[in-house]
Amino acid sequence: MSKKHLVIVGNGMAPGRMLEHLFEVTDAYDVTIFNAEPRVNYDRIMLSPVLSGEKTYADIIIHGEGWYEEHGITLHQGEKITEIHRNERKVVSETGREVAYDKLVIATGSNPFIIPLPGHDLPGVLAYRDLDDTGAMIEASDKGGRAVVIGGGLLGLEAAAGLKQRGMEVTVIHLMPTLMERQLDTAAGYLLQKELEGRGIEVLCEANTKQILGQDRVEGVELADGRVIDASLVVMAVGIRPNVQVAQEAGLEVNRGIVTDATMKTSDPNIYSVGECVEVGGLVYGLVAPLYRMAKVAADHLAGASEMAFAHAETPTKLKVTGCDLYSVGDFAEGDGREDIVLRDAMRGTYKRVILKDNKIIGAVLYGDVADGGWYNELLKSGEDISEMRETLIFGQAYQGGAGADPLAAVANLSDDAEICGCNGITKGTIVTAIQAKGLTSLTEVRAHTKASASCGTCTGLVENVMALTLGDAFQLPASEGMCPCTTHSHGHVRRLIKAKGLKSIPAVMQALEWTTPEGCAKCRPALNYYLVADWPGEYVDDQQSRFINERVHANIQKDGTYSVVPRMFGGITTPDELRAIADVADKYEIPTVKVTGGQRIDLLGVKKEDLIPVWADLNAAGMISGAAYAKGLRTVKTCVGSDWCRFGTQDSTGLGIKLEHYLWGAWTPAKLKLAVSGCPRNCAESTCKDIGIVCVDSGYEVLYGGAAGLHIQGTTKLGTVPTEDDVIEVVGALTQYYRETGFYLERIYKWADRLGYDHIREVILDDLEQRKAYNARFAHAQSFAQVDPWAEFVGGKDAHEFNPINIRKLEAAE
Amino acid sequence: MNVQTKTWVSIGPLTEIPRQGARCVKNGDMSIAVFRTSHDQIFALEDKCPHKNGPLSQGIVHDGCVTCPLHNWVISLETGAAQGADVGQTTTFEIKIEDGNVLLAL
Ligand code: SRM
Ligand SMILES: Cc1cc2nc3c(=O)[nH]c(=O)nc-3n(C[C@H](O)[C@H](O)[C@H](O)COP(=O)(O)OP(=O)(O)OC[C@H]3O[C@@H](n4cnc5c(N)ncnc54)[C@H](O)[C@@H]3O)c2cc1C
Ligand code: SF4
Ligand code: FES
Repeated sequence: MSKKHLVIVGNGMAPGRMLEHLFEVTDAYDVTIFNAEPRVNYDRIMLSPVLSGEKTYADIIIHGEGWYEEHGITLHQGEKITEIHRNERKVVSETGREVAYDKLVIATGSNPFIIPLPGHDLPGVLAYRDLDDTGAMIEASDKGGRAVVIGGGLLGLEAAAGLKQRGMEVTVIHLMPTLMERQLDTAAGYLLQKELEGRGIEVLCEANTKQILGQDRVEGVELADGRVIDASLVVMAVGIRPNVQVAQEAGLEVNRGIVTDATMKTSDPNIYSVGECVEVGGLVYGLVAPLYRMAKVAADHLAGASEMAFAHAETPTKLKVTGCDLYSVGDFAEGDGREDIVLRDAMRGTYKRVILKDNKIIGAVLYGDVADGGWYNELLKSGEDISEMRETLIFGQAYQGGAGADPLAAVANLSDDAEICGCNGITKGTIVTAIQAKGLTSLTEVRAHTKASASCGTCTGLVENVMALTLGDAFQLPASEGMCPCTTHSHGHVRRLIKAKGLKSIPAVMQALEWTTPEGCAKCRPALNYYLVADWPGEYVDDQQSRFINERVHANIQKDGTYSVVPRMFGGITTPDELRAIADVADKYEIPTVKVTGGQRIDLLGVKKEDLIPVWADLNAAGMISGAAYAKGLRTVKTCVGSDWCRFGTQDSTGLGIKLEHYLWGAWTPAKLKLAVSGCPRNCAESTCKDIGIVCVDSGYEVLYGGAAGLHIQGTTKLGTVPTEDDVIEVVGALTQYYRETGFYLERIYKWADRLGYDHIREVILDDLEQRKAYNARFAHAQSFAQVDPWAEFVGGKDAHEFNPINIRKLEAAE
Repeated sequence: MNVQTKTWVSIGPLTEIPRQGARCVKNGDMSIAVFRTSHDQIFALEDKCPHKNGPLSQGIVHDGCVTCPLHNWVISLETGAAQGADVGQTTTFEIKIEDGNVLLAL
């Protein structure tokens, strides 16, 4: 029996999904697709991560070439259909190709709306719809300058955030008083605006564009009030219009979109339509969830007699901008018979609002704290009477009896079609089915097979809970202890997510990783500050308020509130001039105690805070810098006298120690980092109990690491022997950088090495020359920003407020 | 109840105190720590931890509290009370902002 011929116009997300359903139930059709875009089917909603650089085109392809071959589909890429001849049941493409059909599906999507302003057709004015637009934006952003985004809706803001991440200056021009006014109420729109402004995106609301300026290409934008904004790129994201042209010309019934009945059939019984081009039940749609339901209905009817019908349902909106957590669903306009329940937390900048009618949820707007979005949407869809839990509704699911605060119980209560992974639209049911059908047991496997949590990763915890429920005892939740009571994320998670999501400030980390406290605590803030310093050298601005006082004022606080000051003595070598300067400082500022430390240098104890700056100024003047005796960073490099003097010395241990200290000083590390270089195995510098120790031998240098002699005593482990001083410096730089990038805050190098494995570290740092060089190069790069003497900075006037008390200015009225 | 006379003294513009930080005001022998939160609320406490007199002005400010730099007690900026299991309280002072200037009640 010869197969029937199914022709599809358009190869977007809706027909792609439709075919998947169709092939599951029948192989009755030969399929031909025409697509105006010259490419296979890709995930259009992920263009924003492509723009921001978090993904590439290859990552977002839904059906690769192989899929079309496998299903015997003829795909004409980059070939537009210009005519439909309904009487002859054939389509004609722009190249004149004619193809006959038994059934036709029109899935032409929508066109971005371009306001016909003067200058709208200048080069450099783009829409945001497809991969070509995205590519053009990326190309434009490489040249830098300012981008103006017209339209403060979902697309416009994703474009703005992406361009900002690409390093452009960005201004958003929005006609309405608040951003995303169709999805967010005023309060949430305001919070969103603040968030974006906080990232350096300029937002102009109630601003009307008059014209786009430029000669040969765009140069700026003029607003109705006369303001002119320079721009090298203009992105228009002001809305979309269903693409109905071919359908209209073929005489199909068209209103706002191509009109279909609830079976997705158009006014011609042989022609179906799915996607954004459709108007069904009087509504057109612009989010994929309803389009996917259309796809399923159409597939079912194409496959044979079916009862399935499309029904309207509210689709939640989210914004795919890392760190902007918002969720909106349903109807939130004010109206008769409607009641609001609102919970604001000004400190945290969160906002929750649930809209009720007749004791049922009809809408919800959440900003900042969106954890309960899915739950509210479930209640909205089921139409459940909420009078019983009215009092606690706004606090979320965790506060309801029954489900309790147990996250597993909460996940158990979700229906199968509850969405777990927002980025990829993966439901609980899909994950459960995949785990059972394919015998998956690890998170990595679940990611690979379902895509759940494979994009932004925020839903990892939820996915793990679904796995725990499905697998029961077979699933061991990876032990991930929260780094402090402010978060459930472990240090490892936080470090991974900072990189994966490109988080570059403490508030961004806290927002994106859903910190449970507004500002963190004295435990997590210094840790986050270190991670950001280490991960974004030269970009991240050190947050002094998140540093422990010793690191803030670069001196050690003592029990009476005074400070101790330790100048650096490279390799333990000093000079009469330095000693004289230290003595003078001790006299001049009446410093009570001068002590030789266990780290081969001199400690001035009991300095008053007000005297710190003058003390440093004097020490700086004698050529000395901070010894960082307070730092989670490089402390000392102890040395012995070595071959210069000692009869047993094999190499110049003092000289190498000085070189190492010159290379390493100023580096911040997860915990303190102490080195020593001994001239022979007699080990007078105590190299074998240091974080990194060098022992000189006749043939070269033994590099040892992972020693400790504090609360815990542990001898070092050998990394390897290298022939030259330069090799030592390279290996030590690489080792330090590997530790900096992967260590947990306050984890000394021996604990880090125990966790990662000594063999593994040797393979990366010693055996693999390429990696060794790469780590060392990253270390050197970071050092180019880190080697600034903090004392000199303060002497130069930085943060003067730290050191001077405020004076009482004048007496006001008595009370 | 004793009626005490309070005097409002100006200690200058709010902007001279770092956000999530503190400055000290000397009043005779006493040092008073004036804190500014990230949301520009201000609080004044004697600069003395109820544990072992640690200088609270040098601590990390977070969520309406300060963590003492010496042994990590957490002190409420509003009440001066030690949080959690620790027991103790630091003297608080009334403080307000008028036209961007900080006024302290002594
Ligand atoms: C000054 C000095 C003692 C001395 O008078 O010699 C000293 C003083 C302090 N040490 Fe130390 N340590 C000093 C050498 C050492 C050494 C010996 C060494 O480096 O060769 C050790 C053992 C080696 C090691 O680190 O493994 C040492 C192990 C510790 C430890 C335990 C660390 C551990 O991981 O177990 C601490 C506590 C900590 O860091 O949390 C500590 C912490 C401290 C602190 C920072 C305590 C504090 O938080 O206030 C002391 C600061 C005093 C000050 O105001 O300067 N100090 N400390 C030495 C300064 C060396 C320098 O020039 O920078
Ligand atoms: C940047 C961006 C971010 C988005 N983010 C989200 C999101 O987070 N969540 C969400 O739910 N939705 C999001 N959307 C919307 C979502 O991508 C669309 O709703 C969905 O892709 C529409 O699918 P479709 O199949 O109807 O049309 P499309 O995917 O637009 O496909 C239509 C295809 O038909 C082709 N075509 C048109 N006319 C012809 C013709 N005459 N002949 C041949 N081919 C033709 C077009 O070239 C196009 O490739 C986003 C959209 C964009 C652009
Ligand atoms: S051994 Fe203890 S008391 Fe002595 S300096 Fe080190 S931390 Fe202070
Ligand atoms: S003095 Fe403040 S905690 Fe000990």
